[in-house]
Amino acid sequence: MQTVTRETLLDKASALLASGEVSRVLGWKKGEFAYDVTPAVFESAEEMEKDFVYDIFSGANFSKYLIKETAKEGKVLVFLKPCDSYSFNQLLTEHRFDREKVYAIGIPCDGMMDASTVKALAPEGLVSAERDGDNLVIHTLYDGDKILPYADNLPDRCRHCKSKKVVAYDEMLGENGDVVDSHRFDEVAELEAMSEDARFAFWQNELSRCIRCNACRDVCPACTCEKCVFDNPKSGVENKAISDSYEEKMFHIIRAFHVAGRCTDCGECSRVCPQNIPLHLLNRKFIYDIDRNYGDYMAGAEEGSRAPLVNYKTEDPEAADVLERGDK
Amino acid sequence: MQRIGVFVCWCGSNIAATVDVHAVAEAAKLEPGVVFSTDYQYMCSQAGQNMIIDAVKEHKLTGLVICSCSPRMHEATFRKTAANAGINPYMVEIANIREQCSWVHKDMPTGTEKAIILAKAAIAKVHLNTPLTPGESKVTKRALVIGGGIAGIQTALDIADAGYPVDIVEKEPTIGGKMAQLDKTFPTLDCAACILTPKMVDAAQNENIRIISYAKVEEVGGFVGNFHVKIRKKARFVNEDVCTGCGLCTEKCPQKKVPNAFNLNMDNHRAIYIPFAQAVPKVAVIDPDYCNMLKNGKCGVCAKVCTAGAIDYKQEDQIIEEDYGAIVAATGYNPISVEKFDEFAYSQSKDVITSLEFERLTNAAGPTAGKLLRPSDGEHPHTIVFVQCVGSRCASCAGKGKEYCSKICCMYTAKHAMLVRDKYPDTEVYVFYIDVRTPGKNFDEFYRRAVEEYGVHYIKGMVGKVTPENGKLKVQASDLLADRQLHIDADLVVLAAAIEPDKSARPLATMLTASMDTNDFFTEAHPKLRPVESPTAGIFLSGACQGPKDIPETVSQASAAAAKVIGLLSKNTLKGNPCVAQSDELMCNGCSSCANVCPYGAITYVNKEFRMPDRTTKVRRVASVNPAVCQGCGACTVACPSGAMDLNGFKNNQIMAEVDAICK
Amino acid sequence: MQVNESNIVANEEFRPKIVAFCCNWCSYAGADLAGNNRLAYPADIKIIRVPCSCRVNPMFILRAFQRGADGVILCGCHPGDCHYTSGNYYTRRRMAMLFSMLNYLGIEKERTRVEWVSAAEGAKFAATMQDFAEKVKALGPNKRLEDLRCKQ
Repeated sequence: MQTVTRETLLDKASALLASGEVSRVLGWKKGEFAYDVTPAVFESAEEMEKDFVYDIFSGANFSKYLIKETAKEGKVLVFLKPCDSYSFNQLLTEHRFDREKVYAIGIPCDGMMDASTVKALAPEGLVSAERDGDNLVIHTLYDGDKILPYADNLPDRCRHCKSKKVVAYDEMLGENGDVVDSHRFDEVAELEAMSEDARFAFWQNELSRCIRCNACRDVCPACTCEKCVFDNPKSGVENKAISDSYEEKMFHIIRAFHVAGRCTDCGECSRVCPQNIPLHLLNRKFIYDIDRNYGDYMAGAEEGSRAPLVNYKTEDPEAADVLERGDK
Repeated sequence: MQRIGVFVCWCGSNIAATVDVHAVAEAAKLEPGVVFSTDYQYMCSQAGQNMIIDAVKEHKLTGLVICSCSPRMHEATFRKTAANAGINPYMVEIANIREQCSWVHKDMPTGTEKAIILAKAAIAKVHLNTPLTPGESKVTKRALVIGGGIAGIQTALDIADAGYPVDIVEKEPTIGGKMAQLDKTFPTLDCAACILTPKMVDAAQNENIRIISYAKVEEVGGFVGNFHVKIRKKARFVNEDVCTGCGLCTEKCPQKKVPNAFNLNMDNHRAIYIPFAQAVPKVAVIDPDYCNMLKNGKCGVCAKVCTAGAIDYKQEDQIIEEDYGAIVAATGYNPISVEKFDEFAYSQSKDVITSLEFERLTNAAGPTAGKLLRPSDGEHPHTIVFVQCVGSRCASCAGKGKEYCSKICCMYTAKHAMLVRDKYPDTEVYVFYIDVRTPGKNFDEFYRRAVEEYGVHYIKGMVGKVTPENGKLKVQASDLLADRQLHIDADLVVLAAAIEPDKSARPLATMLTASMDTNDFFTEAHPKLRPVESPTAGIFLSGACQGPKDIPETVSQASAAAAKVIGLLSKNTLKGNPCVAQSDELMCNGCSSCANVCPYGAITYVNKEFRMPDRTTKVRRVASVNPAVCQGCGACTVACPSGAMDLNGFKNNQIMAEVDAICK
Repeated sequence: MQVNESNIVANEEFRPKIVAFCCNWCSYAGADLAGNNRLAYPADIKIIRVPCSCRVNPMFILRAFQRGADGVILCGCHPGDCHYTSGNYYTRRRMAMLFSMLNYLGIEKERTRVEWVSAAEGAKFAATMQDFAEKVKALGPNKRLEDLRCKQ
């Protein structure tokens, strides 16, 4: 049960705007369709009253927007779900925004839907969807309402939720949760158990759908470079579009490597991928490898912690041993 | 577009025998940007270098590719040639077609094909080379010597004699180190104190030397020529400038049960003490763990008896900060703990002692005033067994001993055996050894004297077990040459414990970014050709911290280190390595990843104002590299996700150009 | 025609392209020592000198594969012996992670390797290169990283 409602957030935001404590609010805005909720910056209570939404599609992680928003005058109000708060901390660790210019409200979360998940459940005539207790109710044009168990139909990132704990906030609304014992590495382990040939076939099938739209990069709260190497002619790997068959693979490996040890596993990359490529499986592979070889590490769990790839221990395993382990 | 000249060296037949040098030069001509290409018998010769200089002038070359031996061999030579020809020395790239081509491939087609590819890679790289200028930095004309044993003292004296100020940091209350604890020294049998203490006094009186005793180095920053060091001088609760060293306090102090570390805890001193009579500085020190006044505020005897008024119970640790141009590590050694070697019953019997303890027992200033007496009952021992290689040359005793030879034990054991037989001819002396190693001037003669003139029983074999029984030590051993078991009832067993680097060396090495081997000995820059320098510029090695050494060897190495330091301090400025990291501020995120991996602390962050396309300004945190501190490893370049950080001389696009050329 | 060209290549003995990144202080010197001692290893190996193994960016390795390398090996000082004290420790983590990822994507793990070779280990350098080249040769040409998409 979500204890925090649209009204709770609206009241809070209006009060903070009215008192002048904050001058802007990062929130979810209704889109063309009901399942089409997008991030937005609101500057007044009226705007919020009109367009602010908080429902099962309010999944977007706002942390990354803080880099831009805190560069402006005045304070910004941000709502942080548990996974957003990890990204929030990670960005703070990397000195990407000024904490003083943010008012962070922590809100509990027990799973958000995303458009593609719901569309997959109701491919024809999807109108809207909402939560009713433990059920997901999908309203469709032609088949009436579809009622399904909510928890079982969540997208992967929420089904394998790693934490219900908001790790950074100025004020917490509702009750804060705990780190969850998740099964998020199961899929990675399954892939690892496959033969090299089978893994290659799997990824060939997945990655060859990539259209290099850069959505995964643009949404990723770890991909916050002033200029991405893939946009920089000096980097030697710059490429806006696919020029040869190798490009997208290079792109995804490098992207995953660049965020390795910094990725908070928020799952935004997979959520926004228009081709439904399970990109989180790349990031999770790194997280899984890091956990197994260098000790458990959760990026963003603690502000100021040193990321595993800019750290070392003299007794770290050799690359060959890591490969053997991953192969099992 | 560069105008590139390619010069292919035959190296006599070293290259030309398996590489068609002419074909390489011809192939290079086809590469874009190459305006001149030739081959010659010895490119590094004067004639070869002149040929390069002429070609640069004639063809207006901007970049040079030399296909020759390893850059480790002649890169510096050809850079000089380039400079002589009027182009930037860093516009030269070497294609290693000797060590990594002609010498490892047997047939001409293979060698030639590979040499062409290596040449192409170098050409591709030089296209992207940019002129680099090494930065200059000033040299602070002051040296720091860490460790005040014979090594540190000798190094400091030599540096001071050349006219440069030196600080010695010593962790004990006095300088002197291990040598001060020794009785006689081999192979001349002159007394250690007689030759060491004058040097200690020299050091104290030399106006260029400052002794910072009872202190340790806490922080080292900076780089060659410009180190900044923080030293913590521990409170000794005695004002060093006022204390006259009269020693009255050390006699009146009521706390008498303080183990005397100088005598290896074989007797006691008071809570206020002077380590030994010839200590430098000769100043008392209070052990706060035992002093009643410091522990519970009740006593104050020493303050009452001190006529100079030197006692200061409120004294605090003092932090000294100083700049140095060079640092010498002279942290010395210690015998290993022999407690783990149960078979020798060291922890069960007081009469099983280490060789260093034996030194104190025979030393006139030691706990027995030089009389050799058993620690357990004060009786004169009649049978003494010396066991060599306790923990040395012991590959199998991991965790207990050392794989290496401790080098000094054979000689000091011969010395001990000889001294015992000389003073107490009624004593039987057995020495058990694996090998007797006596390389050194007059060393073997010395050992032969022990055996032949003094009748010491040398037995090849190891002691298996020592069992204390009825006031005796039952020694069970094997005589390998006679192939029999021996049982000896000994009164005293002396263990020649392996030596290991002082425990303070490892954390110090980390502070100095000087590398160490697996045994925690400092690594030298080159084992043969640069034995007293650390690979880290500006750090030098003196004495046993680099490896086991006896006194003559330590002193010569100490002077060698001093010579290197003097060479460095005699320069006014140093030229740096221009191949350092550089951050592109426009792309830098300020995320600190680079600073996290920088081993030198060369990266700092500044808030910088940027003009945005819409004419507003924005302040961003960006990385800034201190080129004088950066050593050019490139760790930061990979940690940087945006690619803002790049390394001069090994830029991302340069390495990728090489990759492309090789994989084409 | 392209088809004919590839036929010709197929008839010849396969010679792998291998890039070896060697750190200046240890492994590059080790390679030089192999040369001094005339210890042969396949000419398929081409060495690129870097100041430290930690200078090797994963992008270089991927680029090599992209441009047709069949194997990439990275050599540095033994852990604890880095000229820059800690560079190879970072290398070890980075490359363990990168190579594990490549294998996860189905790239044969014998195509990548990290090896520590000191300046004194000329023989080890030659033996390592010999072994690596043989393993890569046995795998055949690198198709997986070069050509991923099924765009027939």
